[in-house]
Amino acid sequence: MTILVIAEHNNDALKTDTHKVVAAAAAIGGDIDVLVAGANCGAVAEQAAKLTGVSKVLVADNACYEHQLAENLGLLVADLGKGYSHILAAASTTGKNFLPRSAALLDVAQISDIIRVDSADTFARPFYAGNAIATVKSNDSIKVITVRTSAFDSVEETGSASVESIDNAQDAGISSYVRSELTVSERPELGSARVIISGGRGMQNGDNFKMLEEVADKLGAGVGASRAAVDAGFVPNDMQVGQTGKIVAPELYVAVGISGAIQHLAGMKDSKVIVAINKDPEAPIFQVADFGLEADLFEAIPELNSKL
Amino acid sequence: MKILVPIKRVVDYNVKVRVKSDNTDVDLSNLKMSINPFCEIAVEEAVRLKEAGVASEVIAVSIGEKACQEQIRTALALGADRGIQIETDAQPQPLAIAKMLAKVVDAEQPQIVLMGKQTIDGDNNQTGQMLAALTNMPQGTFASEVKVDGDKVEVTREVDGGLVTVALNLPAVITTDLRLNEPRYASLPNIMKAKRKPIAVQTPEELGVEISNSLDVLKVEEPAARSAGVMVESVDELIEKLRTTAKVI
Ligand SMILES: Cc1cc2nc3c(=O)[nH]c(=O)nc-3n(C[C@H](O)[C@H](O)[C@H](O)COP(=O)(O)OP(=O)(O)OC[C@H]3O[C@@H](n4cnc5c(N)ncnc54)[C@H](O)[C@@H]3O)c2cc1C
Ligand SMILES: Nc1ncnc2c1ncn2[C@@H]1O[C@H](COP(=O)(O)O)[C@@H](O)[C@H]1O
Repeated sequence: MTILVIAEHNNDALKTDTHKVVAAAAAIGGDIDVLVAGANCGAVAEQAAKLTGVSKVLVADNACYEHQLAENLGLLVADLGKGYSHILAAASTTGKNFLPRSAALLDVAQISDIIRVDSADTFARPFYAGNAIATVKSNDSIKVITVRTSAFDSVEETGSASVESIDNAQDAGISSYVRSELTVSERPELGSARVIISGGRGMQNGDNFKMLEEVADKLGAGVGASRAAVDAGFVPNDMQVGQTGKIVAPELYVAVGISGAIQHLAGMKDSKVIVAINKDPEAPIFQVADFGLEADLFEAIPELNSKL
Repeated sequence: MKILVPIKRVVDYNVKVRVKSDNTDVDLSNLKMSINPFCEIAVEEAVRLKEAGVASEVIAVSIGEKACQEQIRTALALGADRGIQIETDAQPQPLAIAKMLAKVVDAEQPQIVLMGKQTIDGDNNQTGQMLAALTNMPQGTFASEVKVDGDKVEVTREVDGGLVTVALNLPAVITTDLRLNEPRYASLPNIMKAKRKPIAVQTPEELGVEISNSLDVLKVEEPAARSAGVMVESVDELIEKLRTTAKVI
């Protein structure tokens, strides 16, 4: 039994999502190979070789993989994946994009967003916005899986796997990259932040998020948002936490001016400690909060900032 | 050009489902059912492309039990021209859905398949990508903007780090994200008109697709409940609790 893990990276650096997917692979058991597909991604391969438990790193270094286009990556992973018992990727927007394509080409199901490994063929995954957890058994010869990274702890970097180039690049030739507008932030990414402070519609506008940023900087926190805050244009889409945004599980999650709709809870209710600050005592967010503060955020947040 | 819009009947997004006491599934009896919100956004986008003169016909297709005709009617009331129902009680999984949709694509030859990025019941986020693979079409997933330009379509995608724009050869599959548009409300005259629009009914057998689900659901459980928290009276007390009780700051 050998497991293929698809690395998540930006051609320069490996993302910690990969450390977590390797942890899920280790829970399944067997040898673990990592595929790094990108362009000029040698440094990423070196990093992947250090992941504990990995025996081999395969590098597909070709211009057609530079932007992780699903059409090209899907073909590569389906082709390479034939020789494996399991193919795993992070349930990130990259993994969700190409992996179902590979599964369909292999004529097998995909198991999305696993949060637990019970055995080599049985896994747990949430559905209905996390209001139910299904234990599913796969009868496919190749198990294609995306991993909810917030549910697994990163593996260490004590390994020294071999690195091998592979050279069967196929450009499907039906799609191309045009441009990207990526958010640059000094603060930790939501996926790896130890503390997250999120704002909702109660923040009233984008400028007011500066109040949360000041608190975040004191706590070394990432800043998130509800869908309402993103839809209203207060902050960019990549800050959305929830069923259809990012799923996070930090040590501390502070929800400010967020009511606690099921779709928002789906993205943060596995956080270790939850704090809610809301002026409405009936807000459903208080039902999942370890510590609730009924207050006007425009008073509470400046006070919190000055006292930290 | 034709646009095909696959839609799913799901439990309404405002409803919190409960797990059945025998842990075999969730209990959907007597719950309000609706069109999956992402599919509704897909219908809206297709109708807007038609109104802009880019598309000539919008076809809504749903796979499921007879009742999913209600959601096809919703799509028709929003402006789709005709419907196709593929009738089955078998609850097919995404790969089987994608195989049936691929047959419909074969028959209808749409230039764009516009669908939801995710169903809010299964939370799979797979079907569009699978359909694209099976039909060898490019895909623009999690779209927040769609611009058709000649024989190509530019799709801006919502990704973890921000936004990425790709150009796809037509025909292509596009899956919608929440901010692509805000669906309209169907007007009463349009609801009445929708009643006269045709819905063709087919079966998986007629399409030549055998529904074989390779995932067995062994059990369904409630997630672990969080233990009840406390209300604090002041910011000072909150800081104190976080420092000494929870030890997280
Ligand atoms: C298909 C679908 C997917 C969705 N996915 C997501 C998702 O991924 N993530 C997500 O977050 N939502 C998602 N939603 C939306 C979700 O249903 C809610 O609409 C949204 O979470 C509400 O955001 P909110 O809590 O910021 O706004 P509201 O519900 O409007 O709540 C604002 C809160 O702020 C409080 N407030 C206002 N002023 C103050 C003040 N001065 N001081 C203190 N408190 C104040 C109010 O009391 C209120 O509780 C989705 C919806 C659908 C249909
Ligand atoms: N039974 C179905 N009938 C028609 N379309 C479907 C069906 N199930 C899923 N889809 C389409 O596939 C999208 C993604 O679904 P999923 O992969 O299940 O999350 C949905 O938003 C629909 O557009």
